[in-house]
Amino acid sequence: MKVIGKPRRRVDGRAKVTGLTRFADDVVLPRMLHMKMLRSPHPHALIESIDVSRAAAYAGVHLVLTGKDFPASFGILPITQDEYPLAPEHVRYIGDPVAAVVARDEQTACEALELIEVRYQPLDTISSPEEALAKPEPRLHAYSERGNIHRLQAFQFGDADAAIAQSDYVFEDLFFYEGNTHLPIEQHACVAALDADGKLTLWSSTQVPHYVHRALARVLQMPASQIRVIATPNGGGFGGKCDVCNHEMVAGKAAMMLGRPVKICLTREEVFYMHRGRHPVLMKFRTGVSKDGKLTGMHLQTLVDGGAYGSYGVASTFYTGALQTVTYELPRYQFEAARVFTNKPPCGPKRGHGTPQPRFGQEIQLDKIAERLGKDPAELRLGMLVKPNSLTANWLKIGSIGLEQCIRTVVERSDWKQRFRKMGPGRGLGLACGSYLCGAGLPIYWNKMPQSGVQMLLDRSGQITVFCGATEIGQGSDDVLAAIVAEVLGVDPQEVRCITGDTGITPVDLGSYSSRVTVMMGNAAIHAAEKLKAMLAEAAAEELEVVPDRLQFANGHVSFDARSLTFAEAVVLAEVKFGTLGAVGSYSPPRAPGRYKGAGVGPSPAYSYSACVVEAEVDAATGWIRIPKIWIAHDIGRTINPVLARGQVEGSVYMGLSEALMEEQVFRRLPAKLSRALVHKFPSLLEYKSITSLDMPEVDTVLIEDPDPNCPFGAKEVGQGPLLPVMPAVANAIYDAVGVRIDELPITPDKVMRALELKAAGKPARVGPEHFPAVPYPAPIVVPPPWEGGDGKEAKRDDAAAVV
Amino acid sequence: MMRLPWFEYRAPETLAEAAQILAGEGANAALIAGGTDLLPNMKRRQMAPRVLVSVRQIPELRRNGSVLGAGVTLTEIVHKPALPLGLRQAAAQVATVHLRNMGTIGGNLCLDTRCNYYNQNYEWRKAIDFCLKKDGDICWVATASKRCVAMSSTDCAPALLALGARVRLVSATGEREIALEDLYNNDGIDYLRRRPDEILTELSVPSAPSNYWKLRRRGAFDFPVLGVAAALIDGSARLALGAVASRPFLVDRANDFLRGKALSDEVIEEAGRLAASRAKPMDNADLDLYWRKDVSAAFVGYALRELRGDDMRETRRRITRYQPA
Repeated sequence: MKVIGKPRRRVDGRAKVTGLTRFADDVVLPRMLHMKMLRSPHPHALIESIDVSRAAAYAGVHLVLTGKDFPASFGILPITQDEYPLAPEHVRYIGDPVAAVVARDEQTACEALELIEVRYQPLDTISSPEEALAKPEPRLHAYSERGNIHRLQAFQFGDADAAIAQSDYVFEDLFFYEGNTHLPIEQHACVAALDADGKLTLWSSTQVPHYVHRALARVLQMPASQIRVIATPNGGGFGGKCDVCNHEMVAGKAAMMLGRPVKICLTREEVFYMHRGRHPVLMKFRTGVSKDGKLTGMHLQTLVDGGAYGSYGVASTFYTGALQTVTYELPRYQFEAARVFTNKPPCGPKRGHGTPQPRFGQEIQLDKIAERLGKDPAELRLGMLVKPNSLTANWLKIGSIGLEQCIRTVVERSDWKQRFRKMGPGRGLGLACGSYLCGAGLPIYWNKMPQSGVQMLLDRSGQITVFCGATEIGQGSDDVLAAIVAEVLGVDPQEVRCITGDTGITPVDLGSYSSRVTVMMGNAAIHAAEKLKAMLAEAAAEELEVVPDRLQFANGHVSFDARSLTFAEAVVLAEVKFGTLGAVGSYSPPRAPGRYKGAGVGPSPAYSYSACVVEAEVDAATGWIRIPKIWIAHDIGRTINPVLARGQVEGSVYMGLSEALMEEQVFRRLPAKLSRALVHKFPSLLEYKSITSLDMPEVDTVLIEDPDPNCPFGAKEVGQGPLLPVMPAVANAIYDAVGVRIDELPITPDKVMRALELKAAGKPARVGPEHFPAVPYPAPIVVPPPWEGGDGKEAKRDDAAAVV
Repeated sequence: MMRLPWFEYRAPETLAEAAQILAGEGANAALIAGGTDLLPNMKRRQMAPRVLVSVRQIPELRRNGSVLGAGVTLTEIVHKPALPLGLRQAAAQVATVHLRNMGTIGGNLCLDTRCNYYNQNYEWRKAIDFCLKKDGDICWVATASKRCVAMSSTDCAPALLALGARVRLVSATGEREIALEDLYNNDGIDYLRRRPDEILTELSVPSAPSNYWKLRRRGAFDFPVLGVAAALIDGSARLALGAVASRPFLVDRANDFLRGKALSDEVIEEAGRLAASRAKPMDNADLDLYWRKDVSAAFVGYALRELRGDDMRETRRRITRYQPA
């Protein structure tokens, strides 16, 4: 291959480093107005009245909107359409927007916000999952499954409890993973404007222009054909721009009403309130293990703090259990989950979407299992790996799996065998693995259409233009698109013009989430490019007097031995022969074998795998943690551009380490007799701690290539998977260093000190959750695993995709 | 973005003119040098002075000889080897390189006290019905407290206290030179004894072997959650603490104990215990407050061991991610 796998400058690199990339806030239009939103200062309240008269009369103000201007609700999932652009009567977290001002400039809009008078009737707040379970009232949402429990889920793939009870060893562990947020450097922004014929265009820093398009049509109650959403290049997303946002709806409405462009840029505080970040999850793992180190069964319970709205939460909750089966052979598996509503900013998808939390628990528990069995943690894992081309207990279809090579690679490169448990006091190594989807098997709203479409245009100059709805969020999707087309057509990727993320002119792609773009857009691009290649080959073959199949497309030429045409010459011949040249391609993932209700979450065309070794130094006097080095190997299937792929791995390690050591989206509840406030502890980049480049260790990255037949050139994902092993590997390394277990994130020096003090006192040297509350999980959906004679169905009914 | 409130901007070219403006405006005016602390605070409406008086053009504040003008930037301090090491180490660990290029030594000494109920934007503070320090009447950190417990967060002040620095304050009616110690009150609101009409113009900094140890979460950006400064004055070690009260302070009990003693391991341990007993961190900053108190003795130990000549570079690298040049 000429392009795939070769390190290259990304196609949009020049624009990024010269400052020419046009982000949403760079969109400036004539007569543009500016918008700010008034947000609730109460975590939970009913709106008694809103008086906007003073704000509306303020000099420079053009429009004031409130909830009554928006009769229709929206939400990212069809089953949780629970948000309004502006809250009509009920606010559910501090930061819930209640009114918006559009003015000549931002300063004026800010000043006018202060003139809006809102009378609230405060309600009791639900601050934690325990409280949500105990207090059905006041209820955040009438549609919840019961009280303040948003959703309950339960599955049984074989009788796991019986298998565990008969096991040689039973391990029961509680883990807690604190919530955290995405921290894209670019804050959300959008501009809405009417074009010359009265249609609405929205430029927005979104990962999902197609879903924003649908939501705008619903909320503005106008035909989708009258709306165009352009996803501007995102300055980072990480899942934080996967949701449909209030400000996008309100800006659209304001532009429609005023006939003038309207811009809004969120402040950093507002991004913390927008959130949709990592759910805090409490987990209980009961796992049976045989003497020879095989898993016999696992029973996992999770309790998920959803915050104030649904967002992706139903899917996130499924994901707290869906991927426990894809790394190690697990004959029987029971999974129960509950998501609750609390009066905090809504949680949603963040890099790894719902799976890092249980992966954290599972990989630490495996470390405990290995120690109890007297086995090396790497050997224990190697002895139980899922086989390629197999089915899991919960009916996921595994294709290629390069995990063995990943483990062997990091073990060898970190000198694991010589150093693990032998590094002396205060220093240690920890190992963990992970796996992630290469795109969700099902779209968010049920339909049978392709999940990604690509359209291509060739013209007689030799120019190649590729249109796709996929969204460049910094991950390099434009580069992947150009590379794949260039590989098929034998040209340089810099020759390919990518037009992406524009619902007005590009075919639908569902968006940059769930690590779906390389696989889905890539397959669609191959589909389209191969069609054009066939046309070029046919025309060129006539000219060169060879059989079309014998022609080589490479280095900008179409050739057979010495007979050669330039690519542009071949295009001219094809245009003569076929007329204007264009082609479309599309991709739908293979149908997943699971047929039970809830089987829609977990299937993917392929799974990526990662293994990681972390080295830790822990200071016994202070508990201070230093991470000098991390080794990581990621099974990417096939690398498209190693420069970008390594960047994604290192970025994942960075984010994972930051979550492991310090990040937490946490809240303070003030004394009830003085205030009802439940406030974000520190909605600022200074006090919400994330690691800096100075805190970043050396990262030894190896890309493992085990091509998957479902993927373009075998290429799997790399944007999310490499994050997963980092957090548990840090915890395991700290155990190796000082012999204490920190079973919750973040792992801070005070927790290490507390555990060291417990150890010194002869008590169990562990800091983590002590108690799992009683959750009213329902009777499980019983689905026999493949090896117990199942057919992928629940006994009752076939409704596999109804949930997500 | 967050927007600044409206203000009048004055840029006097002489000290006398600046002092005149302050005399006229009183508490309505605020001095601005680098603006790295003031402007974010104004954006959050922690303060909204009607007049900003820039001191950037006043020659007296730019002196950089044997006396140090208050307008000398932190970067200039870092790169001036004639200054004592403790001060340079403190300046080098303030915020980030960009902020040190703008921020001044005078600004760092007058840094507003910090509290994570106070360093929030207006809407956030409104959600908690404000606090004692600004617009409210309850201290959320210590609800029974009559006094604001916002924390002194200057890195340079402890270093200068240990060294015995003095500062000059000039007003339209006169000038005075005081020990730096006397610039501070242990009160989160009324934390400076500088009168509103006074300008901190210059510092005199005695030279002595000295060092500064900063506890913070990350290798950059963060304000201290503990600052330990040590200096060798007349053969005795002297300690000052920062970020554990509303003022930086000389640790009298530990310093009395240290006077005339060689820094043996036992002496260092006892000094650490004495100094740590004076550290009163509150739950209003980063990291667990009990842990912050627990490690203060260890940090005092690092500072004193380094002062007696131990090679502490490995500890610095591991725990503070800071390597002095």
